[in-house]
Amino acid sequence: MTNLIDIKGVTHAYATKAGPLPVLDNLNISVPEGEFCAVVGPSGCGKSTLTRLVAGLMKPDEGEVWLHGERVTSPRSTVGMAFQNPVLLEWRTILDNVILPLEIVPNKMNRAQKEERARELLTLVGLDGFEDKRPSELSGGMRQRASLCRAIVHKPEVLIMDEPFGALDAFTREDLWQTMHALRAEEPFTGVLITHDLRESIYLADEVIVLSGRPATTQYRMDTRLGGRTDIDMLYTPEVGKMLYDLRDQIEIAQGRKVVETAE
Amino acid sequence: MNDTLRAWLVPSFAILIFLALWELLVWANGWPNYKMASPSDIGPAFVKYWPLFVEYTWDTLWRTVVGLIVAVIVGTGIGVIMGFSRTMRDALYPLLVGFNAVPKATVVPVIALLFVGQHDFNTILIAFMISFFPIAVAVSIGLSTLEPEYRDILKSLGASNLTIFWKIALPKTLPEFFGALKVAVTLAFIGTNLMEIVEPHGRGLGHLFDSGKINADYPLMFAVLIALAALGILLFYVVVVLEKIFAGWAERSQTY
Repeated sequence: MTNLIDIKGVTHAYATKAGPLPVLDNLNISVPEGEFCAVVGPSGCGKSTLTRLVAGLMKPDEGEVWLHGERVTSPRSTVGMAFQNPVLLEWRTILDNVILPLEIVPNKMNRAQKEERARELLTLVGLDGFEDKRPSELSGGMRQRASLCRAIVHKPEVLIMDEPFGALDAFTREDLWQTMHALRAEEPFTGVLITHDLRESIYLADEVIVLSGRPATTQYRMDTRLGGRTDIDMLYTPEVGKMLYDLRDQIEIAQGRKVVETAE
Repeated sequence: MNDTLRAWLVPSFAILIFLALWELLVWANGWPNYKMASPSDIGPAFVKYWPLFVEYTWDTLWRTVVGLIVAVIVGTGIGVIMGFSRTMRDALYPLLVGFNAVPKATVVPVIALLFVGQHDFNTILIAFMISFFPIAVAVSIGLSTLEPEYRDILKSLGASNLTIFWKIALPKTLPEFFGALKVAVTLAFIGTNLMEIVEPHGRGLGHLFDSGKINADYPLMFAVLIALAALGILLFYVVVVLEKIFAGWAERSQTY
């Protein structure tokens, strides 16, 4: 098995007062080990449902989700999650926030080892010196860095990110993108990134998947490997410009604003 | 001026000015002490009844604290049930609101008849009944407004509901809990005195107040009021200190 994440024919609907609301329709996504997959699509097309399915927080009506050759039926500690809202625990220090998953996931680490592991990650994202601060004393970007450390502290196989940089200003966001590449270089993990930012998807992911409007299905895939370039300047190459243009086009189709041209 | 010194001096001066104005008011109107006692009458009353004040203050204090502890336990329990179950919230809310709406002064004679002779129990029961409501409401709101992401973060790691409760739900509710406890401590204190005054049974500051009334000893009545104020302030600040220790994190620094 070469794919770490395999989403096979997943269909899901929510029960609402107005009847069933289908959100995912025969969705198929595969992410090979070590790769990063970005999922983009119109608002409310079921992207967040996708993250909850992969995390095992809910079961699809139809279809299967597989992680590392095992079918996902319940939450598993080999998954790390980061959200747009960093959801740090205000009563804990930054260090204790990052340690949290190690207190829940079974492991043989003692307190000193857990602290060392957390400090190592905090240093990697540039938060050394802030270990003993409370989340309320940190800026939005710093809180999100801490949230990323917490998501990977237990060395998960899969990192699921639901618009993690959505609430940050443009400059902070670019900083965080580079931090993500730095983290990936040190800590190999397979990732699913839900985002609204097409530049972000191209910069961070190896493959970008465009979902159609609700109920979502895979509408378009694009290989966005750029020969291993991780510098921010690469976003200003004509190659990336073309990719952005094509993705933009696909989003418009997904939104239903543009009719697909058929060869006649 | 040093900040700590300032923090003590300003309120102390305010109290002194208040006492001076009070004294002045009584003196200017030429009121006798059976109409309105002045601060200079209260000192001698304290001295005269000192042993009673010590004994009865202790009675009022421990009854209030026990009533409050019961209110914390029961109130938190009800709050947890209502916070986690929508059905229980819908079922219990109208009952609680109705119960809370009944003026407790009317409940006092009922309780006194129901458990006749058991004065300590009666007093504690009223202190509890009057003070558990804000705690139950605060805990249930704190728990039911927990953002789903917090739950997801722990659930996705395979945490049990109990772990989620201890690690997230409970600590996150502490600021609301202490906000309610500040209200509850004052209410419990009112409850204790209500029982002691309405159904006097020979103990507590409420009884001392009542005997002052019967004997037309107005300086004693005012001395009891001052003692009650002091005790109320003490209880309130104990809660404030506990809040600083357990929920101090909720206080944001002003720099951001």
